[in-house]
Amino acid sequence: MDITAIIQSLVEKFPGVIIDQSADRVTLTKEAVLPVFEFLKNGPAACVSLHGVTAVDRKETVEVVYHVHSFQHRVMLTVKVILPNDNLNVPSLTSLWGAADWMEREVFDLFGVRFEGHPDMRRILNPENWTGHPLRKDFQMDGVVPRPVK
Amino acid sequence: MAVNAKILGAEVIDKVPGGSFFLAKTEDLFNWAKSSSLWPLTFGLACCAIEMMVTGGSHYDIDRFGSGVFRASPRQCDVMIISGTICIKMKDSIKRLYDQMPEPKYVIAMGNCAISGGIFYHDSYSVVKGAEAVGIPVDVFVAGCPPRPENLLHGIIKLQEKINSTKAKKA
Amino acid sequence: MDFQELIINMGPQHPSTHGVLFLQLKLDGEVIVDCQPNIGYLHRSIEKIAENRSLVQFMPFTDRLDYIASMNNNLGFCLAAEKLLSITASPRAQYLRVIVAELNRVASHLLAISTFAQDLGAYATPLFYALRDREKIIQIFDQICGQRLTYNYLRLGGVSRDLPLGIDQRIKDFIAYQRQTLPEYHDLLTGNVIFCARSKHIGVLHKDTAINYGVTGPNLRASGVAWDLRKDEPYLMYDKFDFNVVTGAAGDSWDRYDVRMREIEESLKIIEQALGGLPEGDPVVKVNKVFRLNGEAYMRTENPRGELGFYIVGDGGPLPYRLKVRSPSFSNLSVLATMIKGMNISDAVCVLGSLDIVMGEIDR
Repeated sequence: MDITAIIQSLVEKFPGVIIDQSADRVTLTKEAVLPVFEFLKNGPAACVSLHGVTAVDRKETVEVVYHVHSFQHRVMLTVKVILPNDNLNVPSLTSLWGAADWMEREVFDLFGVRFEGHPDMRRILNPENWTGHPLRKDFQMDGVVPRPVK
Repeated sequence: MAVNAKILGAEVIDKVPGGSFFLAKTEDLFNWAKSSSLWPLTFGLACCAIEMMVTGGSHYDIDRFGSGVFRASPRQCDVMIISGTICIKMKDSIKRLYDQMPEPKYVIAMGNCAISGGIFYHDSYSVVKGAEAVGIPVDVFVAGCPPRPENLLHGIIKLQEKINSTKAKKA
Repeated sequence: MDFQELIINMGPQHPSTHGVLFLQLKLDGEVIVDCQPNIGYLHRSIEKIAENRSLVQFMPFTDRLDYIASMNNNLGFCLAAEKLLSITASPRAQYLRVIVAELNRVASHLLAISTFAQDLGAYATPLFYALRDREKIIQIFDQICGQRLTYNYLRLGGVSRDLPLGIDQRIKDFIAYQRQTLPEYHDLLTGNVIFCARSKHIGVLHKDTAINYGVTGPNLRASGVAWDLRKDEPYLMYDKFDFNVVTGAAGDSWDRYDVRMREIEESLKIIEQALGGLPEGDPVVKVNKVFRLNGEAYMRTENPRGELGFYIVGDGGPLPYRLKVRSPSFSNLSVLATMIKGMNISDAVCVLGSLDIVMGEIDR
């Protein structure tokens, strides 16, 4: 099963939830996150390893990016979920992967995306009394010295 | 080093007839004792900690300068080698470690990060701009990213010179 | 009988937390009931800095992520950037990259096993042996690129400079020397009764748990999963070299030590083959000075600690719009709390040491 076959199986199994797709990535609707990942993990794709969770701030929206990986088929699939800025909530994957725990906490810390159902949604890298989410493009803080540009 | 020779040198002992005791000024004696056994704190922050380990290791052998006894507790230390980047989350711990050290205490800022924030000075939201910004007085700055082990040894020798040149306070 | 829970704070300054890790341990007597790792004490905002640096300017920062294996970090970032820009390095550069990356893997594993032994109470002796051997590699790097720890040697499209004259003989001498001295480590540690008693059957990481938590690298292989990116998704010239993927059986702390010991031998084999087949040619291909970054790329490489991934997103400008570092130690550490629950407190140090973490890349 190569990457095209995995994406094809997703399209067939979950009609209507895949907004966008390309060679090695798919974009989902928010509601479909849990069933799609459960299918990816336990289904024929056997993407048993959650390799990374991250996010990209697109100013009006925030993309949450998941990388899942299958040892059996030797493929890496990128899954994206696009969230509007006024509703940064997405279902947590902690019920499927233990790895999601810290990775989602990191995304919450740096981007302010809340993962619903996460058992311990705290900051992980920055101090607990910190305000703001530093990897947002609109983040500003006193004491940050910008690099002088020629 | 000069004090060392003066106290232990044969000419001093020879001048004292019949006994094996030394003559020296107390401030020289105390300075000699302080500078010859600078026990550092086992406290690695970042990259520079690896070079600090190497300095303590077999090739460079920090023990030749009396600083080989790395202690895990700040209460047993004389010198704190701040080896790495100081971050906002860590700064209170560092200050507390410094406060826990008994007098006389000395600080070596090892590497550019501990001096000024170094490579992380610009654009960083979580790096403190050097050890002195935390309120820790630094005796010797050792520049480099990371400094070579020879640099750190040089810094320790400079610190010894500094200790040896201090005058005792009048009571 | 009355039981009282005791909370012990281990770190952020502790000799065996390998940096500034803070573990909050809840104890019942000597048994760990709960463990709460706190990280972020070395959070240097590298990902934010990356958004204000061009790809070439960001290279020195990758050195400081996993400062024990800087070459491998350079390599991971270089390959990700080259994937985004569709650059292929010259054949000679690819061989040079393999040589320096594997040399650094040996240096990193030497430090890993010796600090692990030191955590178990073998104070200083294994560490001094390892520092002695590691120093030879560091001096080779010093001659190649003029730095001891943060090399900044790789460039987009190749390496910054060719090997200096006579270095290949020096590397060959090192391989022969390391093969001679490896039995010393086996004498000191591998069969050592105390070492085995402290590390065998301690901190067993089951295969499924390891995969579930995203553990990679030697820690995953010690649990019996034969997965090595150099073999399974070969990058550079790794498919041309003959080497084995080392696996362990039980997944305990001793296995994690043993896998690293045997990986050193495999790395020496790769260096030897790469030196033998080193092609002539330019060490770097000509690339543009200014790039326009479009689209996104994700590339992962086999670091000494596991799979290091770089995710670069461009928006058409010269600076990355977003750069994410997927660090292996981050996932390897996240499994610690589940592993040490129910153990004696003295074994927590053993498990932590055997996982071989580097705080620089966990906190970034």
